[in-house]
Amino acid sequence: MSTLIEVRNLTRQFGDYCAVDDVSFSLDKGEVLGFLGPNGAGKSTTMKMICGNLTPTVGEIKINGYDIIEQPKLAKAELGFLPEIPPLYPDLTVDEFLTYCAKLHGLKKAAIKKAVDNGKEKCGLSEVGKRLISNLSKGYQQRVGIAQAILHNPAVIILDEPTVGLDPIQILEIRKLIRELGKQHSVILSTHILPEVQQSCSRVQIIHHGKLVLNESIDGLSRRMTSSSLLVDFRQPADLNQLEALSGVDSVDVLDQHQLRIHHKQGTCIAEAVAELAVNKRWGLLELRPEKHDMEQIFLSITQPSNSHE
Amino acid sequence: MNSFIIAGRELRSLFLSPLAWTMLGVTQLILAYMFLTQIDYYLSIQPKLIGIPGAPGVTDLVVAPLFGNAAVILLLITPLLTMRVISDERRNKTISLLFSAPISITEIVLGKFMAIFAFLLIILFSIALMPLSLLTVGELDYGKFLACLLAMALLMASFNALGLYMSAIASQPTVAAVASFGALLLLWIIDWAGSNSETSSHLFEYISIMRHFDNLLRGLINSTDVFYFVLFIAGFLVLSIRRLDNDRLQK
Repeated sequence: MSTLIEVRNLTRQFGDYCAVDDVSFSLDKGEVLGFLGPNGAGKSTTMKMICGNLTPTVGEIKINGYDIIEQPKLAKAELGFLPEIPPLYPDLTVDEFLTYCAKLHGLKKAAIKKAVDNGKEKCGLSEVGKRLISNLSKGYQQRVGIAQAILHNPAVIILDEPTVGLDPIQILEIRKLIRELGKQHSVILSTHILPEVQQSCSRVQIIHHGKLVLNESIDGLSRRMTSSSLLVDFRQPADLNQLEALSGVDSVDVLDQHQLRIHHKQGTCIAEAVAELAVNKRWGLLELRPEKHDMEQIFLSITQPSNSHE
Repeated sequence: MNSFIIAGRELRSLFLSPLAWTMLGVTQLILAYMFLTQIDYYLSIQPKLIGIPGAPGVTDLVVAPLFGNAAVILLLITPLLTMRVISDERRNKTISLLFSAPISITEIVLGKFMAIFAFLLIILFSIALMPLSLLTVGELDYGKFLACLLAMALLMASFNALGLYMSAIASQPTVAAVASFGALLLLWIIDWAGSNSETSSHLFEYISIMRHFDNLLRGLINSTDVFYFVLFIAGFLVLSIRRLDNDRLQK
């Protein structure tokens, strides 16, 4: 079975407030799903529901084919979850804590030590095994949280903001780890950090006001991100009509006296034609730059308009 | 099986904090003092007792009062033990570790219950050593002694179950402690209402923990009393499970 997570018509209400509204998606083995959204959009609520920490008001969640409500034990055995606040017992050492987690997930006695060692190695915890969790820095505590989630080699790993509080080197390592995990497992990753999604995810979902507003593969997203406008700067005032007459050009905006933004059809390249025209007409081409939409712009364009209604 | 894993960790954490050791020490100290005064009293009246046929023996005059006193001290300390078992996990968000692991709510609650019960049994064991020390100089009525132990074990389990439930309800450990202490004290004394007159309520008498506990302490093992405790324990455990299950339904 390749579909590891299946979420159908998921809705969660807190009293009158609807935190998650009719969300459906599925995730195959080997996919890393980036879960984006502004604060309070329903990311954590969705993740909690997938992990059985919250019961959905309406909807169905299947982990590796097991329904989380009807067969919770079988479903949860396939799950590794790192909540927003890592669930750590401060009075245990890292080794003790991870051993406890391994036992909770029903690992056999012989496998526990191996799993703990493996988890520590993957998360860079080998040297702090004997230390009390309460004495570790925030970053190390976060690592223990991640180790706890991947310890029992679950089919589905759900990480709620895993890189919070980590130093830049560790962030890179964790991203590498996530990509690695993504090869054999399904990973859901929620984050505020947009570049993180681009680097480690194969799919992106943006949730806003409880609704899924974007569900796109990272390739589709990069296609959206490719330029569809040129920024040009001329020394002499240019003739707009001539520019608009070029094939592929949709419209030309005048930004100030010399600077223009030329919108063109996606997938066509007009830079060369614009440059040629400018040289022929002696407009004095100073700058010619294709404009890129980055993640942030896409994110804002999706989440902002509906924001303004409130 | 999973309950034992949870119980093991809980018990371990308990002994990592000074709380458990302090409780063991203080309980033992106070009860030892009470035990000694009781022995003193017994020695002072012993000459008078010799003449009376069927007079109460050392088990009645020393052991039973000792366990009676122990019950009152337990009334004070059990809420402190149970207060944090669930509410702390909820506050520290560690409860999600248990919720997302392949464990049922029943196993979580039973694990917590067993951890505290195991600690209480350690207290019971160290209390029981005091009467047993009398074996070096005399005889004990084993039947009554065992009845006392049974009474204590049932009482401890009931206190524990109620405390656990309060911990499951309360958002803060101290609230849980106050609530369970209040509830236990009320159940302890509820039969005082009208107990001096003829109009005393049978219902209140049945609800009162002390009535049932006293019967057992006197060596009177009555199925009514045992069932009372079993129902009490099972009732509050089921309530705790329901309450914890509710965490996932509503917030």
